[in-house]
Amino acid sequence: MTMTMKPEPATGTPIANSLTAGRLPTPVPWIILGTAIAVSFAVFGVMALAAGTGLNWGGALLVGAILYIPSIWLFSMLVEGRRRAMDRLVTALVTGAFVIAMIPLVSLTITVVTFGLNRFDLDFFSMSMRNVTGEGGGALHAIVGTLLMTGTAALISIPIGLMTSIYLVEYGRGKIAKAITFFVDVMTGIPSIVAGLFIYAVFALIFKPGISMGIMGALALAVLMTPVVVRGSEELLKIVPNELREASYALGVPKWLTILKVVLPTSIAGITTSVMLAISRVIGETAPLLLTAGFTQSLNTNIFNGQMMTLPVFAYNQYMNQGTNPDASLARAWAAALTLILIVMVLNLLARLVAKLFAPKTSGR
Amino acid sequence: MELAKQRPGDRAFSGSAVFAGSMILVTLAAVALFLIIQSIPALVASHEDASILDTNFWEYVGPLVFGTVWAAALALLFAVPISIGIALFISHYAPRRLASVLGYIVDLLAAVPSVVFGLWGIGVLAPAVQPIYSWMVDNLGWFPLFAGPVSGTGRTILTAGLVLAVMVLPIMTAICREVFLQTPVLHEEAALALGATRWEMIRTAVLPFGRSGIISASVLGLGRALGETMAVAMVLSATGVITFQLLTSVNPTTIAANIALSFPEAYGMNVNVLIATGLILFIVTFIVNAIARWIVSRRKEFSGAN
Repeated sequence: MTMTMKPEPATGTPIANSLTAGRLPTPVPWIILGTAIAVSFAVFGVMALAAGTGLNWGGALLVGAILYIPSIWLFSMLVEGRRRAMDRLVTALVTGAFVIAMIPLVSLTITVVTFGLNRFDLDFFSMSMRNVTGEGGGALHAIVGTLLMTGTAALISIPIGLMTSIYLVEYGRGKIAKAITFFVDVMTGIPSIVAGLFIYAVFALIFKPGISMGIMGALALAVLMTPVVVRGSEELLKIVPNELREASYALGVPKWLTILKVVLPTSIAGITTSVMLAISRVIGETAPLLLTAGFTQSLNTNIFNGQMMTLPVFAYNQYMNQGTNPDASLARAWAAALTLILIVMVLNLLARLVAKLFAPKTSGR
Repeated sequence: MELAKQRPGDRAFSGSAVFAGSMILVTLAAVALFLIIQSIPALVASHEDASILDTNFWEYVGPLVFGTVWAAALALLFAVPISIGIALFISHYAPRRLASVLGYIVDLLAAVPSVVFGLWGIGVLAPAVQPIYSWMVDNLGWFPLFAGPVSGTGRTILTAGLVLAVMVLPIMTAICREVFLQTPVLHEEAALALGATRWEMIRTAVLPFGRSGIISASVLGLGRALGETMAVAMVLSATGVITFQLLTSVNPTTIAANIALSFPEAYGMNVNVLIATGLILFIVTFIVNAIARWIVSRRKEFSGAN
């Protein structure tokens, strides 16, 4: 027996969709946000008119955003109930946290670029500060010093760091390997200034107190850089598939050749990336160089003799000792900051590019 | 079974690997050893030996330790909630495709050299917050922390704490994000299937799972904030006293900033005094970092949730 039930003809109001009933329509939060910002701008505008000052754009936006948080909670509370109101409140707060973190990044970028471009000229990259008291002068000595010291630090810490990670991944078993892993982690958190003090303490004891030269700065940077290299390359050696090693052993290749010819080439792109990130981390270090490499106004290319300037110390020094022409000095400090940030950014981008372009192919197996 | 013959190449290679590994331990031991050697004379020095001491070493280092801890605590006060928020935003709120880009943008903050943060702190942040400080002193001055008179430059311990907070955000966010992403998807889906809103799912599944990650991120951030030098040295206009007041021009300074500012002009026993303060900083950060790493490693072994 078949019974066909005809749907009752819809009379009156349509049946509400139970999935969307009792919820704020999608555009409502945006409308509330827009209203909150508009109200805030209106209040700030009236205040600016009354005080006769310019409109504080940043302040108005900030207050508007803050105003949004209780408003969305209130509206949601009225329409959707307590639980959804809480959800919307947290969504607003979490998004707000991200926006807050962007403020310093954006502000910093704008400031460094606008102030830095004032002296970002040929003189800045071709002159040292020798015999310069007022305007002019440049950071050639500091750039050379940075390159020499960071290069030396990389020469020391890349082999040690790489061999340590090879030890940890390929050879290390038991307590010593565990201890090394742990202490490498702890070492990454050591304040940079302590590394500077350490190198100074060693050299002051061996040579004479008050000594400072380029190699000391390079060694301090190497102390900071090695653990970063170890951590980075260890992760990458670990993800080399064991089948590759076993295939090599099965062909009778000795272990050291397996590591050199199979494991390292497989992970070389990633290791290059981690090394570049490590360099970009130490190239901006100031505090340890202040204690070990000292200051100088002239070009010094011998890292084993005499004080040596670096870009971060140059920026610091130009700010702290503004001399007869503070504006020129500040402009040099900002230009040095811009140069430094550009170097770090280029290193970071190159590192990511290398990782992307030369990554081992994962398909085919 | 006979063990394979050790080839000379093998022996040389493994030997140098062991050597490199032990260099790490030797370096760390040497840091402690040399700092201790250079510090011992300072620990018993008096004003006659070292001109920067008023009476003895411990009275000199007291305010510095206070300032270091106070500035780091202020930094964490801002950085912990914000980094949890950012990590949640990237792991659970932002659109999937955007998430990795947003994470990379936050990581960019870590790439900014500290001296640039210092310049920005003096040039932009301090002037920007000064009017807010002066409003706070006028209207909230009854609260002991905000008591006046207000600093005219804005270069107070609170500003230093804000800069430090920005500087430790990336590492804390990275760790929190990592842990939040590891939350078992089944737990999350179970919560959602029971009708939980997104926040209730996070509260019941993500946050309990990530608690140890949040703790170790905070401790790691604390270690960074304790040792950060240049930003504090440049931003803070310090007088070296013990005070909790946040907005006045009388501020405590930190160990690291004090070393950076005093070292270039130091001579004789003063250098040893500064190295001794550095030794204290080394010990404190070593312990803090060791605790953080211990929490992380313990978690790795016991989080068999997946």
